[in-house]
Amino acid sequence: MSAPEASTDDARPRLGAGPGRILVAVYGVFAVAATGRSLTQLGLDAGKAPLAYSLSLVAAIVYLVATTCLLRGGRTAWWIALVACSIEAVGVLVVGTLTYVDTALFPDKTVWSHFGQGYGFLPLVLPFCGLVWLRATRQAS
Amino acid sequence: MTWWLTAIVLLIAAVAMVLTVLMLVRDESPPSDRYFVVLGVLLLALLVQAIGGCVALANTDRDVEGVTFVAYLFTALLVVPVGAALALVERSRWGTGVLVVMLLTVVACEARLHSLWGAA
Repeated sequence: MSAPEASTDDARPRLGAGPGRILVAVYGVFAVAATGRSLTQLGLDAGKAPLAYSLSLVAAIVYLVATTCLLRGGRTAWWIALVACSIEAVGVLVVGTLTYVDTALFPDKTVWSHFGQGYGFLPLVLPFCGLVWLRATRQAS
Repeated sequence: MTWWLTAIVLLIAAVAMVLTVLMLVRDESPPSDRYFVVLGVLLLALLVQAIGGCVALANTDRDVEGVTFVAYLFTALLVVPVGAALALVERSRWGTGVLVVMLLTVVACEARLHSLWGAA
C-alpha cells in the first residue's frame, strides 16, 4: 500500500495522470451514458427520430474514443483525442444551436440537445476541458 | 420502487461526499481504509437497490421504461468500484477528485431512477 510516489522526471503530466484522471472518469461516465442512450433509442424505436438517434450514437463513439485515448496515452492517442474533442466541441455547439433554432429536426433528445441541458450542461463544458488538458500535455506525449 | 432505499443510498452518498471534500481540503490521498468501508456500505446499498429495483420492475403495473431503468440501476452500482479503483491508482488530490465525480454520478443515477419510476 505504501508504494513510493512515482515522480516523473519531466514536469509535464501524462495524458491520463493527474487532472487527466478526472477527465477519464467524466468521459467514462459520458461514454457509458451516451452508448446506453443510443443503443436503447436505436433498439427500441429507431424510426421515431433517426437523426437524433444517429447523433446520439456519434456522441457515444466520440466519448468512447476520447476515454480510450486518455487511458492509453502516447503521441498517437494525443492526436486522436484532439480530433475527438474537436468533433465533440463542434457537435455540441451545432446540435445545441439547432435544437433551439429548428425544433422539428429533433423529435427526440440527444446527449447534445440544448447544449447538454439534460446532463447539467456538462457536454458543453467537457470538450473544452479536454482541449485545455490536451494543450497542457502537448509535449509530454 | 420503495423511496426509502433511494433515501438510504443518497444519505450514504452524502456522508461519503462530506468525507471526500474533507480529504480534498486536507490533501489526504489515497483515501483511508475507513473511507473505503463507507464506500463498501454504499456499494451494498446500491446492490440491494439494484436487486430490489429489478424485482419491483417485474411486479409493477406502471409503464416504466424497463431497459433504461435497469441500465441506471446497474450504472450506479458499477460506478463505485471503478471510481474507487481510479482513486487508488492516482494517489494525489486528483484521484480524490475522481471520487467526487463518482458520487455525483451516483446521485445523478438516483435522480434519473426516481423520475423514470415517477414519470410512468
